[in-house]
Amino acid sequence: MAEYANPETLATTDWVAKHAKDEGVRIVEVDVDTKAYDEGHVPGAIAWAWNTELCDTVRRDILSRQQFEELMERSGVTPVTTLVIYGDNNNWFAAWALWQAKIYGHRDVRLMNGGRKKWLSEGRELSTEAPKVKSTNYTAQEPDVSLRAFLPQVQAASARGTAALVDVRSPQEFTGEILAPPGLPETCQRGGHVPGARSIPWAKAANDDGTFKSADELRQLYGSEGVDGSKPVIAYCRIGERSSHTWFVLKYLLGFRDVKNYDGSWTEWGNLVGAGVERGTAAKAAGARG
Amino acid sequence: MNAEGYAERRLELAGWPVNVASYRLGTQWHAKADNVSPGAALARATGSTREEAERRTLERAEELLGRTRRHAV
Repeated sequence: MAEYANPETLATTDWVAKHAKDEGVRIVEVDVDTKAYDEGHVPGAIAWAWNTELCDTVRRDILSRQQFEELMERSGVTPVTTLVIYGDNNNWFAAWALWQAKIYGHRDVRLMNGGRKKWLSEGRELSTEAPKVKSTNYTAQEPDVSLRAFLPQVQAASARGTAALVDVRSPQEFTGEILAPPGLPETCQRGGHVPGARSIPWAKAANDDGTFKSADELRQLYGSEGVDGSKPVIAYCRIGERSSHTWFVLKYLLGFRDVKNYDGSWTEWGNLVGAGVERGTAAKAAGARG
Repeated sequence: MNAEGYAERRLELAGWPVNVASYRLGTQWHAKADNVSPGAALARATGSTREEAERRTLERAEELLGRTRRHAV
């Protein structure tokens, strides 16, 4: 069985149980459900709220370099800290946090494989105490924009095939049957997908226990849709967090060189005036283009 | 403190598949429902029994799922 390309970007629950309180290690929980941390968390873990601490709360954007540095400093993180991030929903927003840490050049950042679900299901120790953190000084790197796709790059990929577009939302969001995941508010004017995108839902990369599938299974999954790393890849979803999960898989588990996360995602494209939209299945859409 | 009795099951609510997970923390049971695909958390609740926590969670989840519109494609 093939190894992951970058196995050092994952930490097992066993490893975290042994090292969570080590000096030089910081465990961080990032959940979709921001109340989950208070219910009980990995002892020693701190929490980041995705909706207030991992984005600019005024304009739509990721953290600025200064905001990222401030987050690291109040989290007791230095540039040499081993940062292990985990969360609910198979690490959706944990992957979003990791993506930003990579953009700002944090050297050693990992996901806890299986996330919060695996920790709970294994009956591991939980704490309701937030640890006291000593603030640090942190200097981030210049942002690595090669990890992030902006609208013009997605438009070029759609029009000229400069990159493979991977839509990681559910099949019903991809076809346009629904405008948001069931039970969540609609956040776009039109349903469907970016013309030319392939539908590979993020969850196909995960096992039932929340861990990632094997390298061989992942290679087969994406390769069967023509995504094999031979050309650049852009992943997108609705707001960029599910696609962070897929971005992590392609970039670090399969080791594809050029993978970008389009955080504008469908809430940008599906609200654009005049943007092309395909609806229905990928096969039907391809047929319609002729 | 540990999560005890962690269990998950699938059911259908308002025409949508739902995954409900429940477990006990101390004296309270916790339940959480997600929408399977994509797996977004819909509701969570606590109760003195697993059944009570799940019932409260599923009531809220059903209310949210009932608002989802299907569009013709």
